[in-house]
Amino acid sequence: MDVGAAYRVPATELNVLVAALDDAGYAVWGPTIRNEAVVVDRLDDAANLPHGRRTVQAGGRYRLDATGDARVFACVHGADSWKRLLHPPKVRLWRCTRDADGALDFAGDEPAEPRPMAFFGVRGCDLAAIRRLDDVFDRAAAPDPVYEARRNGLFVVAVECAEPGGTCFCASMGTGPQVERGFDWRLTELDDADGHRFLVGAGSALGAELLAPLALAPATAADETARRRQGEGAVMGRALDTAGLGEALVARRESGYFEQVAERCLGCTNCTMVCPTCFCTTVEDTSDLAGTTAEQHRLWDSCFTLGFSYVNGGTVREGGPARYRQWLLHKLATWWDQFDACGCVGCGRCITWCPVGIDITAEAAALRAEPVP
Amino acid sequence: MARRKSLAVWKFASCDGCQLAVLDGVDELLALAGAVDIAYFLEASKAKVEGPYDLSLVEGSITTEHDARRIREVRGASERVVTIGACATAGGIQGLRNDADADDFARAVYPRPEELAYLPSSTAIGQHVLVDFEVRGCPVNPRQVREVVGAYLAGRHPQISAASVCTDCKRRGLPCVMVAHGTPCLGPVTQAGCGALCPACDRGCYGCYGPMEAPRTAALAAWWRELGVSEADIARAFRTFNADAPAFREEARRHGG
Repeated sequence: MDVGAAYRVPATELNVLVAALDDAGYAVWGPTIRNEAVVVDRLDDAANLPHGRRTVQAGGRYRLDATGDARVFACVHGADSWKRLLHPPKVRLWRCTRDADGALDFAGDEPAEPRPMAFFGVRGCDLAAIRRLDDVFDRAAAPDPVYEARRNGLFVVAVECAEPGGTCFCASMGTGPQVERGFDWRLTELDDADGHRFLVGAGSALGAELLAPLALAPATAADETARRRQGEGAVMGRALDTAGLGEALVARRESGYFEQVAERCLGCTNCTMVCPTCFCTTVEDTSDLAGTTAEQHRLWDSCFTLGFSYVNGGTVREGGPARYRQWLLHKLATWWDQFDACGCVGCGRCITWCPVGIDITAEAAALRAEPVP
Repeated sequence: MARRKSLAVWKFASCDGCQLAVLDGVDELLALAGAVDIAYFLEASKAKVEGPYDLSLVEGSITTEHDARRIREVRGASERVVTIGACATAGGIQGLRNDADADDFARAVYPRPEELAYLPSSTAIGQHVLVDFEVRGCPVNPRQVREVVGAYLAGRHPQISAASVCTDCKRRGLPCVMVAHGTPCLGPVTQAGCGALCPACDRGCYGCYGPMEAPRTAALAAWWRELGVSEADIARAFRTFNADAPAFREEARRHGG
């Protein structure tokens, strides 16, 4: 549905929205600050959102700074993404016990939280990332039960970025900073001559239903203008030329350029762990010492480990260049073949949280400038 | 029902900390005692059962002629040998002598060094006998020891990752201390296993678990230099409990250590 009429929420009243979700039975999650970084945690009160801070981000560098004002969403994301909640880092797939007579008893996966989740403050990039995960876990045809148990009934409160971070490039990827679909509520924070306030609009029937009893004042035409201007004025820290990018990168898959990147790459997996669309997992089978209980767990894995491409007899992608190529080309090129979309949503996490600041936008541009071998 | 497997735990040059870690993990120890016959484990019991042993856990490095002979006897009496800890897998902190003169250390510490009999180097168990599996750490994580013993009993491969500490750090959702605070951290080149213990306490990783698979130490050291770490401190960071692990030893040498 189209985004419904927007309403005004005074800056001091933001918790009305959090409380409404709690009252409606949701477990509300949102960004908060822990150890000088934004993480996703349970949100009991809007006061726990990162007020008055902004992130200063560069390759391999992340700091929190004071904005000098009371804005809540000037502070963009940290390493954490909503992936952690929809696709947990470690989940038990099954457990089996054997009794004294040797009979086996299988139990299923770990139950998800009984209450449906509400995500409060999903940026455009992360909204797109949830759509990518929906494709990966095949919600349409054969949903993954672990993902579906968490995704089903999710209430999404999107927020538009006014101050993208230094490594952000959602504008290049067409995922933000303003958002038009894929949410139940859309929040925009404005802080101008008309005061510090939020606009909230419903993007789903359920969203409209939950907004109605709050009796909020309608937004004005001036509010809408301010919202549009704010989106147009958002400055991206990075840019990526996506025109023909996939083909250009695949054509250079044998380029010696990958050797150069691999000289700097640590193979530490941070880029994939923080990527909101990287979905790969490994499966571990464990048993206890008594031999009476066996469990199988699914864990986040990464194409940067040697174990990831290990098959009988050895590791396929033994060298750093091959592993970096696998990641870069899947993200920016072959994801299109697999899921008819780009695997990168422009959030910039892989740039900021690479311990040595390797920049996907710079590497893609540099590879593209290389001759086709 | 099949005969219970026998377990022996041996000490070579070490601080006993890995044996203590096994003892300290009470749940692990009780489970262990219930699953195997503990035939030889002097840190836990004075009872000694003659070999052969199904599984030997070996703590410590080889620093004397006597121990070089003894480890061959242990190997000969054991179906499987698993080393536990940085000393046994990489020579330990005493491996610092390998790039120095052991006699200098002896003179600095002992009033009558001429009464000592020692080798000029401290070497990993794997340099003397065939080792079936190595459990990393200074000290080891008792859960990993339990996992390796459990895998042996079940006839399966141990689930021990050789990837970086960062894999555990990010799965836990910890903010990266290097990126968010500028704290030098060895996590990106160190094998996982501790559960990212130090980053969880806002400290950089000290590299207790030694080099990960395919460690890119030079690339990390180059970044540490950008963070303002001196050459001497880079060398020192790589010269601790796993000083003689080849990847860390070579990196320390590149920085004059």
